[in-house]
Amino acid sequence: MAEKWQPKPSTPSPRLATGYMRWSKNNLFSTPGNTLLTLLSIAILVLTVPPLLRWGILDATWLGDSRGVCDDASQGGSAGACWVFIRVRMGVFLYGFYPLVERWRVNFTFIILAVALMPLFAPALLGTTARKVSLFLAATATIFLLYGPTPAAFSACYLFAPYALDRLFQGKPFLELISNQLLAILAGIGLAIVIGLSVYYAVFLTLGDKAAGAIGLTSLVLTVFLLFISRLTAAGWHWVLLFTVYPVFAFFMLVGDVFGMPLVETHFWGGLFLTLVVAGTGMATALPIGILLALGRRSTLPVIKVLCVSFIEFVRGVPLVSVLFMASVMFPLFLPENVTFNKLLRALVGIAFFYAAYMAEVIRGGLQAIPKGQYEAAMALGWPYWKMMGLIIIPQTLRLVIPGLANNFLSLLKDTTLVAVIGLLDLLGVAKASMADAEWLGFTKEAYIFAAVIFWIFCFAISRYSVHLEKSYHPSQQ
Amino acid sequence: MTTTTTPERKERELVVSISGLNKWFDDFHVLKNINLEVGKGEKLVICGPSGSGKSTLIRCINRLEIHQQGKIFVGGIELTNDVKRIDKIRRETGMLFQNFNLFPHMTVLENLTLSPIWIRKMPLKEARELAFQYLERVRIPDLAHKFPGQCSGGQQQRVAIARCLCMNPKIMLFDEPTSALDPEMIKEVLDVMIDLAHSGMTMLCVTHEMGFARTVADRIVFMDEGEIVEENDPETFFNHPKYDRTSQFLGQILNH
Repeated sequence: MAEKWQPKPSTPSPRLATGYMRWSKNNLFSTPGNTLLTLLSIAILVLTVPPLLRWGILDATWLGDSRGVCDDASQGGSAGACWVFIRVRMGVFLYGFYPLVERWRVNFTFIILAVALMPLFAPALLGTTARKVSLFLAATATIFLLYGPTPAAFSACYLFAPYALDRLFQGKPFLELISNQLLAILAGIGLAIVIGLSVYYAVFLTLGDKAAGAIGLTSLVLTVFLLFISRLTAAGWHWVLLFTVYPVFAFFMLVGDVFGMPLVETHFWGGLFLTLVVAGTGMATALPIGILLALGRRSTLPVIKVLCVSFIEFVRGVPLVSVLFMASVMFPLFLPENVTFNKLLRALVGIAFFYAAYMAEVIRGGLQAIPKGQYEAAMALGWPYWKMMGLIIIPQTLRLVIPGLANNFLSLLKDTTLVAVIGLLDLLGVAKASMADAEWLGFTKEAYIFAAVIFWIFCFAISRYSVHLEKSYHPSQQ
Repeated sequence: MTTTTTPERKERELVVSISGLNKWFDDFHVLKNINLEVGKGEKLVICGPSGSGKSTLIRCINRLEIHQQGKIFVGGIELTNDVKRIDKIRRETGMLFQNFNLFPHMTVLENLTLSPIWIRKMPLKEARELAFQYLERVRIPDLAHKFPGQCSGGQQQRVAIARCLCMNPKIMLFDEPTSALDPEMIKEVLDVMIDLAHSGMTMLCVTHEMGFARTVADRIVFMDEGEIVEENDPETFFNHPKYDRTSQFLGQILNH
């Protein structure tokens, strides 16, 4: 009769004695070579960091409102940085030449974006619906206090719409009410066009033609989503609204000339505001186009494949400067006499397509890394191509290529400085322009350092967020 | 090698009907003139040495491989290049793979409910109930909210079986489902497969598990060099093989 065998309980692992002294001994001073390098590094740090700190923070002048303050300080013996320069010109650094009175519109636009995206960036804190709702209520209240009833009403509608839409479409999507697929699609498109046109005319009659076109188009797109893809959760609707309603709203807010707000033409935009607009729009448009290009390049249909490959190879063969230059100078030559395209729009299109090509290659690498078995399992279950890509393959691919995509996004953020080619002044451009200010000659370093610090903060934030994303997905990727 | 078509066979409902199937990988003739019929509720085990074309054969049935000559009928629908027909056929066939192929970025429950929700347009609640029902059936209801990476091989294969069952297939194709598992896990999965067989599912199984074949199979098909060498019921197949190639194969696989 065999004995009963019991496995032994696990014991905790032995903890080696830790402490700074031991860690230093093991890592910094373990071999003579390492010791030498450690001492050399300490020497370099001692030589460089204190002077930097002294110049930048300790001896610097922070308060004041004119050059005189800095001159007095430097004559008094301390040769520190003159941050007063930045303080005085902060408005230009942040908003460019946007009129002072209208800057609240920029703030409002970015506040809505920040509040809408906050649940994404702090999921631990704002994961539950209750917390999100309280965040949105708090935001609406703040906006009411800052900007008045109409902005507050809009923000309430925009922020709570995903929940309303989710409740509204709990049942079957429209496509299933009509049994014949083709008839359902035609009916859906027809209904969407009718609704789009009616909204267009309604807005046209009440508020004027400028807003009508865009609002009509947005409502058409939204109706298409409502009718065809209403199997979305509140989070899904949130993203749909971010890509359809928000751009239209942001455009009207920033450009103006509707709803009683004065027009602010795009050549007045500048500074950090312009950098964020260009980078944000670039990222949001380049990624979807990049995904489509990557899928197209892997397609078995020859025409699509050739088109995608040619586009990607052509765009990757030219520098972004030349793309922007071509977009701004050569593009108008191909247009009829009095048709002009907004300069900024041309730059945005150029940047979007340029980075779409790069992202397409990164994503294609990810698609190649997905095991063939995933495609086979999806096909064996009867998944049609686009559904398979959208729900099974692309989610896995994007999680796989987060490092590459983050790389591209950082590159894009910094390449926004190239809008200088078309005469727009982004953060770096404004810094450079500030250096030419006659009143502040001699304090030019501070402008560049400020711009550098701001860029670094944004880039580091993106980099950290991508690491956080990777960590949150990795355990399930095994 | 032709099938033995007896009068009783002709009356049964054919789920899969393959005639004159030939397939080439470039110039390599991998399937040579295959004729095979599978009736409803029948359990077929396909065995043979590596490279004999057994996996290729069952992959042709749901168009994961494309055949150049011959006709394949699944559930009465002919398998051609028509995408609609292929999709229809794929929804009626469930396939299990040697390396499970679960979707790693979703939980087990999401793996199971994804296809019913998006392909069969089932509401979420109903899909979840169905998923839990099949998770109970494969005896792993507590794994619902785990990720595939957190499950053992045997558990993953059982999840894969449940995932197929959620789509209510007419025929299940098994491509060496237990070849990547250790003996204890093999038993787990085989128990589920035997259970499935007893419930009346039509099964086409490529496997080396001769014990399973003896217990459950209605017919065993032996393939070599892309052809069907022999096809018989288990009793005859194991005890009175017709060809020497079969005896040779059985000799190696049954005696360690």
